[in-house]
Amino acid sequence: MLRNIALGCGVILLFVLQTTLLKDISFLPVTPNLLIILTSSVGFMRGRKAGLWAGFFCGLLMDIFYGELLGIYALFYMWAGYANGKLCRYFYPQDIKLPMSAIAFSDLGVNILIYFFLFLFRGRTSFLFYFINIMVPELVMTLIFMIGLYFVILKAFEFFNGLEKRSA
Amino acid sequence: MRRNNRKKISIPSKLILLVMSVICILFIFLSYAFDIDAGPVKVAAGYIFTPMQTGIGKVGNRIYERLEKYAGMSEVYDENIALKEEINELKKEVNDLKIAQYDVNELRSLLALDNTYAEYNKVAASIVGKDSGNWFDSFLINRGEKDGLSVGMNVIADNGLVGIITETGPNFAKVTSVIDDTTGVSAMVLSSANNCIVNGSLESMDSDGTIVFSGLNDTAGVVMVGDQLVTSYISSEYNPGILIGYITEIHTNSNKLTKSGHLKPAVDFEHLKYVYVITDMKETY
Repeated sequence: MLRNIALGCGVILLFVLQTTLLKDISFLPVTPNLLIILTSSVGFMRGRKAGLWAGFFCGLLMDIFYGELLGIYALFYMWAGYANGKLCRYFYPQDIKLPMSAIAFSDLGVNILIYFFLFLFRGRTSFLFYFINIMVPELVMTLIFMIGLYFVILKAFEFFNGLEKRSA
Repeated sequence: MRRNNRKKISIPSKLILLVMSVICILFIFLSYAFDIDAGPVKVAAGYIFTPMQTGIGKVGNRIYERLEKYAGMSEVYDENIALKEEINELKKEVNDLKIAQYDVNELRSLLALDNTYAEYNKVAASIVGKDSGNWFDSFLINRGEKDGLSVGMNVIADNGLVGIITETGPNFAKVTSVIDDTTGVSAMVLSSANNCIVNGSLESMDSDGTIVFSGLNDTAGVVMVGDQLVTSYISSEYNPGILIGYITEIHTNSNKLTKSGHLKPAVDFEHLKYVYVITDMKETY
């Protein structure tokens, strides 16, 4: 319960940061995707179900405020969270390779879905342009921010694990 | 069988995924077909997030401005702001004069339209948040239905068209900008009154900071690079005569009838912080 409240606060905080501060820093060419870091981390740390819900709520926030179609980001992020949940059994806190590649693939995957459904469907066919100019910069930026954010999420995860063990 | 029963009863995650996916897809189609939004959820979320975004945005702005000043450029910085304001003022003045002149010469007698956009009723608003991703260009402003805003109102900044309100909550409104990949604006060349369509384009915005226009019917060849494009009289959504941008590139289409090209938006979207919402709606019959 406490864990979910903390997660909710995390989602809200990251969403607000991503739409205000990170957008105002004009020397960043693209905005990092903090919400996919959270969705993905929850997925591979806590499993499919938790990842699915975290992704759904992250996406829903974007849909409510900025989306053209209600539910499309919720759907993509939910899938990302679920897919990351499948990696749960391979996850060890000491090993950063899996989180890093999982977050990278999630970010890329969600962006490819967005391109496919929201751009290709409107006749924007130059995939390579969007790949080089939007997806790759966002991926790099997300991975840079991940290095800091991931350890905060990991610490929170371990803190709540300890809390649950003590109360059990 | 017995062992399974002893386990904690829980819904399989695959089933949740399936059900939630179906719900999402249903909502996507509903919002596409009937233009519905999140309703009460949106209202509640608006009350939670708009104050937070405003607060963090203010703090961020203050930190950011201080940082820039401490970089040893405080004088240059202040002067720059003052000069920019002056330029915007002058641009607006020139544009207003041009529009007024054009109206006097050609259209006032015909259409009795003597509006320049200095005369529209406006509400000032500040931007509280921008689209979280890198694909679209929409943002939220801190005024909403309570301040009399509604969907379809035009949004301008110092010297040109910013976009249009596409969604409103009680205390916030979503503005889709003219540089957004999905936007289309009916425009005309100010000097010759030729009509065309201006479309936002992520691709061309990302390569050289321009957006595209198409369908320009100019067989006489009077439209030049540097000409101003303003919103047209025939637009169903935009008030006429609002500056959109300056033509940077023209080429003739392969059908030899129409021209298309690129234009530089008049508004600096990168550093946009305050906007005006025109509360006069375009009247359509």
